[in-house]
Amino acid sequence: MDDIHKLNGTHIDILKEIGNIGAGNAATALSKLLNKKIEMAVPHVQIAAFDEIMELIGGAEQVVACIYLRIEGDAPGNMFFVLSLEQAERFIRQMTGDETFSFHEHPTELGQSALQELGNILAGSYLSALADFTQLALYPSVPMLTVDMIGAILQYGLLELSRVGDYAILIDTAVYDERRPEDSVNGHFFLLPDPDSFISIFRSLGVELP
Amino acid sequence: MSETIHIVKVGIADMNVVRAPNLIRTSGLGSCVGVVIFDVMKEVAGLAHVMLPDSSLARSKIMNPAKYADTAVEALIKLVLEAGGRKGMLKAKIAGGAQMFSFPSQSSDMMRIGARNVEAVKWQLNRFRIPIVAEDVGGSSGRTIEFNPQTGMLSIRTVNHGIKEI
Repeated sequence: MDDIHKLNGTHIDILKEIGNIGAGNAATALSKLLNKKIEMAVPHVQIAAFDEIMELIGGAEQVVACIYLRIEGDAPGNMFFVLSLEQAERFIRQMTGDETFSFHEHPTELGQSALQELGNILAGSYLSALADFTQLALYPSVPMLTVDMIGAILQYGLLELSRVGDYAILIDTAVYDERRPEDSVNGHFFLLPDPDSFISIFRSLGVELP
Repeated sequence: MSETIHIVKVGIADMNVVRAPNLIRTSGLGSCVGVVIFDVMKEVAGLAHVMLPDSSLARSKIMNPAKYADTAVEALIKLVLEAGGRKGMLKAKIAGGAQMFSFPSQSSDMMRIGARNVEAVKWQLNRFRIPIVAEDVGGSSGRTIEFNPQTGMLSIRTVNHGIKEI
């Protein structure tokens, strides 16, 4: 799809629904894992220039914990689960019972692999919901965990798109613990489909192409 | 009279030029490469944030020269010369080209993009006979870089290794 500006309201709604279904499934998995209620924000679908994308997510230099996987199959793309360091540490402490875990002072391997596993479970449930909904075959790569500047990480999601233009469609869904809504901006699923994947997604759902 | 110092920001797949006392910077370089071409006597410098090694990868009709190593270096030289840099006096410093993720097998070419970007930038600089006087490339960390055209110093910030100057 060469001209993403031809997307209309119906297309945007479809992409939002994808964020809804994927992240909804992942939130349920997270809720079971942590044994608490996890809420989900209304997904945002953002069509923005690369630099605007960086601004929208809080600036390229912001340091985050991120689980990234590449999606192969009928609708290739990139998926990121992004957490603030504080929120990632909180997850790790809850999952491992290790109250001293910190990325700066006490980054145990167990803690990091717990976070990786969390990413595994969430990304897997997001993708399987998406595959069921679209009837597309989607295969995730092994998820990788990294703690670094978000701009440097998200660049991987923009590579395929950059061959076509300077804009990206970002499907962003936030999840949060309902008792701590102040942290709602901290857990984000970002789905960045490759350019041609939009065609596969719309076609699979019987929506007219832009 | 004191002059205000501005920091010129360069986005992804973008380029710009700066004159002392102002600084030029780009944030969050991962697999991308930041190329600085400068003439320190004339206190002028250009910076490009290169995303991909080769414009033959492009599938778009609209061409953004800053995005690809092969077109960015040439365009950047032009910018620096227009701003007062002198041919034959230009030098380069480069940073970036990290591999943020190490995928076990099945790693596609796109995953190795950092190394390919570095290689392509070096090849282009060599083509135009611009010596690389300092570099900080590869590794697995994101970088934010800032260049001072007055001193010729490139300051590099990473999450794990603090700030260093090359």
